[in-house]
Amino acid sequence: MRKLLLVALLAPLAAFAASGGYPLDPSPHDPRDLVSVQNGARTFVNYCLGCHSAQYMRYQGLTAIGLTEAQIRDNLMFTAEKIGEPMKGPMTVKEGKQWFGVAPPDLSVIARSRGADWLYTYLRTFYRDPKAATGWNNAVFPNVGMPHALWMLQGERRLEVETPKDGHGHVAFKWSEASKGTQSAAEYDATVRDLVNFLAYVSEPHASSRRAIGVITLFFLGVLFVFAYLLKKEYWKDVH
Amino acid sequence: MGATLRALWGWFDSRMPSVASEWRKHAAEYYAPKNFNFWYFFGALSMLVLGIQIVSGIFLTMNYKPDAALAFASVEYIMRDVPGGWLIRYIHSTGASAFFIVVYLHMFRGLLYGSYKQPRELVWIFGVLIYLTLMGEAFFGYLLPWGQMSYWGAQVIVNLFGTVPLIGPDLALLIRGDYVVSDVTLNRFFALHVIAFPLVLLGLVVAHILALHDVGSNNPDGIEIKKTKGPDGHPLDGIPFHPYYTVKDLMGAVLFIAIFCFIMFFVPEVGGYFLEYNNFIPADPLKTPEHIAPVWYFTPFYSILRAVPPFFNSQFPGVMAMGIATMILFFLPWLDRSPVKSIRYRGVLYKSWLAAFVVVFFILGYLGTENTNVWGQFGFNAFFLDTKDVATWVARVCTVVYFLFFFLMPWYTARDEVKPVPDRVTS
Repeated sequence: MRKLLLVALLAPLAAFAASGGYPLDPSPHDPRDLVSVQNGARTFVNYCLGCHSAQYMRYQGLTAIGLTEAQIRDNLMFTAEKIGEPMKGPMTVKEGKQWFGVAPPDLSVIARSRGADWLYTYLRTFYRDPKAATGWNNAVFPNVGMPHALWMLQGERRLEVETPKDGHGHVAFKWSEASKGTQSAAEYDATVRDLVNFLAYVSEPHASSRRAIGVITLFFLGVLFVFAYLLKKEYWKDVH
Repeated sequence: MGATLRALWGWFDSRMPSVASEWRKHAAEYYAPKNFNFWYFFGALSMLVLGIQIVSGIFLTMNYKPDAALAFASVEYIMRDVPGGWLIRYIHSTGASAFFIVVYLHMFRGLLYGSYKQPRELVWIFGVLIYLTLMGEAFFGYLLPWGQMSYWGAQVIVNLFGTVPLIGPDLALLIRGDYVVSDVTLNRFFALHVIAFPLVLLGLVVAHILALHDVGSNNPDGIEIKKTKGPDGHPLDGIPFHPYYTVKDLMGAVLFIAIFCFIMFFVPEVGGYFLEYNNFIPADPLKTPEHIAPVWYFTPFYSILRAVPPFFNSQFPGVMAMGIATMILFFLPWLDRSPVKSIRYRGVLYKSWLAAFVVVFFILGYLGTENTNVWGQFGFNAFFLDTKDVATWVARVCTVVYFLFFFLMPWYTARDEVKPVPDRVTS
């Protein structure tokens, strides 16, 4: 038990060594851009859902991003029969562990644990690595178990990391293209932005109504405060 | 209609007159000093948050599953599929942090105006008990979402009890009910969180208020208003709590709820301080997170724990320091030897020590949320440097100042140059 405590207390020390240090790009996603969210949903079911799930999200919930149930059924539901079913991929945890070393994590709330910036950078920084079991590695998540699922779109890239010899200054990352993908760099960035937009939506589907209700509530409380203040002032007139 | 109601009330009152007499005793004829300022909102607000937490907690319980296999999913079910569930959950998660904010401000008010001093020692002691119970309540509740931080935070904190010499391992086993934090632990923490500790909290709040109303409220001048009474037998500087302070607290409550709602509706995570990012990863007993940090309200004490170096391979000294850091609050009424209560009439010594205390409390709180290498390392070596992390050494200095504030209090309060206290409240 003491060992466990020590590990737990000293764990923060290890964190610094473990962080890759690749600078994160700010994610340009916009939750109000529903076309982008819909586009991301299509990318998600075509490229991600084979291995990952978003099991806390139901297909039916996607009506909130401007799709009809028929559109969802015809275009997005490859792994489910009924519209009320959760977005679950076909891969089991056991299979995932066998094939990739770790089971692909559920992506329902991944945008809340990792953050949109991390996802946006991570999905754009895969590179060819002959030493990795899958042939792929990642600049943000070194030695990641996941191969580059979107490589046909982005193409193959190589990465050279230049560490300054004197140990000071910034590490330089040099990207080079090994093969072309079906999308240009700008198109690929847009695809990833849409996907991140979708993942951010799925991580908290009620976020937009949360903000909308918030505005109304604060307006109401503002008015109420004026009356509460006047009431207090009226009563306190006779206190000297 | 009015006559019927009056008749009904008369019928009720003649059979249970204590309702009306208690109302008079604690509200309509409870004379409170008329000079309460901003700092005096936070007692009532603490009760408001307690109410918010109890009501939102009841609704959460209707859909939450205290089961290691289902807990994380049930929270997401509440966030997505339960109508209004996300709102209830955010009320409760924001309320947890809000509770500590108002309680810390309420306690700081006590330090400012000497509200713990004679004759209000019992009021203070009940208050410290409320604070400790609240810490337990928050700790148990934090396990329930069953995320990585829930799990590993509980693991670390229960292991702290395991460092107690002799009985430690058995004590930790007793708390967990298992050799690691598990489904068993989740079930008992659920029981403690939803019924045992709330009951204790409610009882202590009643005791806190009864004790307060027996001796009467302190005020920013630290003057006993009962000493100067008018011909009607009521304090000249007192006003009935109802309606004066009920309407004033109503105003404060509306403003507080507005701030509460702003956080809840627009920034419910507060940058990872109210809802930690890692807690959106389901608990995994086989995967220790790289960085385990408690929620912000525990971090000053977590910093103290980390700052104390291990002794013969035991973390117990750190655990003890953390324990003493909270327990010392009980002794505050007897550590303070100043003849005056309020900061308004205290000398420069107490003011300086209090300022230093506030500063180190914030620094410790900040450092507790970060890795110990957050401020880099010393560039030199020395035999006494068991760690070169700058932040650890800053935390050590702050820990010493934290304790000196209390340990030296009898000395610096007794010899402080105080100002004369007026007979009547000023403003």
